[in-house]
Amino acid sequence: MKLPHPRGPVSETLLNALPRNDAADALPELLAAAGDAAAATEDVLYDDDLQLALFCLYELHYGGIDGVDDRWEWDVQLLQVRALIEQRVESRLRESVAVSAPEKLTPQSVADRLFALAADDDGPSVSAFLAREATPEQAKEFVVLRSVYQLKEADPHTWAIPRLRGRAKSAMVEIQADEYGGGKPGRIHAELFANTMQGLGLDPSFGAYVDCIPAITLASVNTMSLFGLQRRLRGAICGHLAIYEMTSSIPNGKYARGFRRLGFGDEVTEYFDEHVEADSVHEQIAGRDLAGGLIAEDPALAADVFFGARSALYLDGLAGGWQLDAWAAGRSALRQPLDPGREVAVAVGASV
Amino acid sequence: MTSKEPTEIVVCPDGPLLVRGDFDLVDGDGAAVARSRETVALCRCGGSGIKPYCDGTHKLLAARRKAAQ
Repeated sequence: MKLPHPRGPVSETLLNALPRNDAADALPELLAAAGDAAAATEDVLYDDDLQLALFCLYELHYGGIDGVDDRWEWDVQLLQVRALIEQRVESRLRESVAVSAPEKLTPQSVADRLFALAADDDGPSVSAFLAREATPEQAKEFVVLRSVYQLKEADPHTWAIPRLRGRAKSAMVEIQADEYGGGKPGRIHAELFANTMQGLGLDPSFGAYVDCIPAITLASVNTMSLFGLQRRLRGAICGHLAIYEMTSSIPNGKYARGFRRLGFGDEVTEYFDEHVEADSVHEQIAGRDLAGGLIAEDPALAADVFFGARSALYLDGLAGGWQLDAWAAGRSALRQPLDPGREVAVAVGASV
Repeated sequence: MTSKEPTEIVVCPDGPLLVRGDFDLVDGDGAAVARSRETVALCRCGGSGIKPYCDGTHKLLAARRKAAQ
């Protein structure tokens, strides 16, 4: 992705240092700035500076950053900075998310409990708003907000594959293979999302809109990388995926309805339509075989599976609330409005 | 393929039939039903909008039943 604009001392030091490529001198300053910011932040989940810095540090492990040497990915001092921010994020989540680790779980009872968590979630419903009320501009903002994850959809959970065995591994591979289009070129879900963006006249390159993305949305994506990149949190990333799958098919049906209501055609709605069917399959596998299979093999991971699941619901609720609050107040949900110059002309309301 | 995988049907409690392995999905006339993935979830509640596949509607029906109780 393109180098984002800094949002405070930590991201400024980081984003100045990375492209210079002689940043060894800046690293002590960066570590100090991150330490100060992590100690002083009112709420790390809403801290633009820390979440952007963390997002960029993770991006070194995914698609990289334009003009930044890939060798920074494993720089020990950068990893120290990352760990410092991660520690703050993880403890913030553990403070906020109540987790009980029930005893004597079977794969089916794990699935039942996860489905019940998803069903009982009463977080704000962005999908209902999209289906019935959103304006074309709000619908575009919704897609822009989703793009920081959906253009690398499935990747954060894929990190877990080598850390799993047996039934849980088979389940994860079966789900992820489908996420990546079952081997059919052009069917990768992230590519279907790029088609949706193009159909809306939006730039589908990863991170094109990162400067527009508020901290809480970055936090929800960063949490997936936090869980996915660490073996110790393999339970959490599996619980996170299970909840993502379990809260997907019905909302995606609503998103598709919303975009059809606004007059968009299949090139925009295909991504959402595909997820209605796909995630009705995935949620069954993710609950019983992935999360349930993992706990059956290692019961000590049960608490983290539910921690990951509850964290996913919690963060989605906060990020959804941010959007709906902004729209209800007549504001943009983005940090800065979409740059009309970057958009390709598209006739809103024209069906293709 | 030289050997066929055995077909497995998982009866998901309060959910669809998950069908995995080697199978043909055909309609009443024996014509192939359009299928875009290896493992499929077949609707068992009758409420799906994309039958024969599951679209998660059973969860809404369950929530409505619970609310009515």
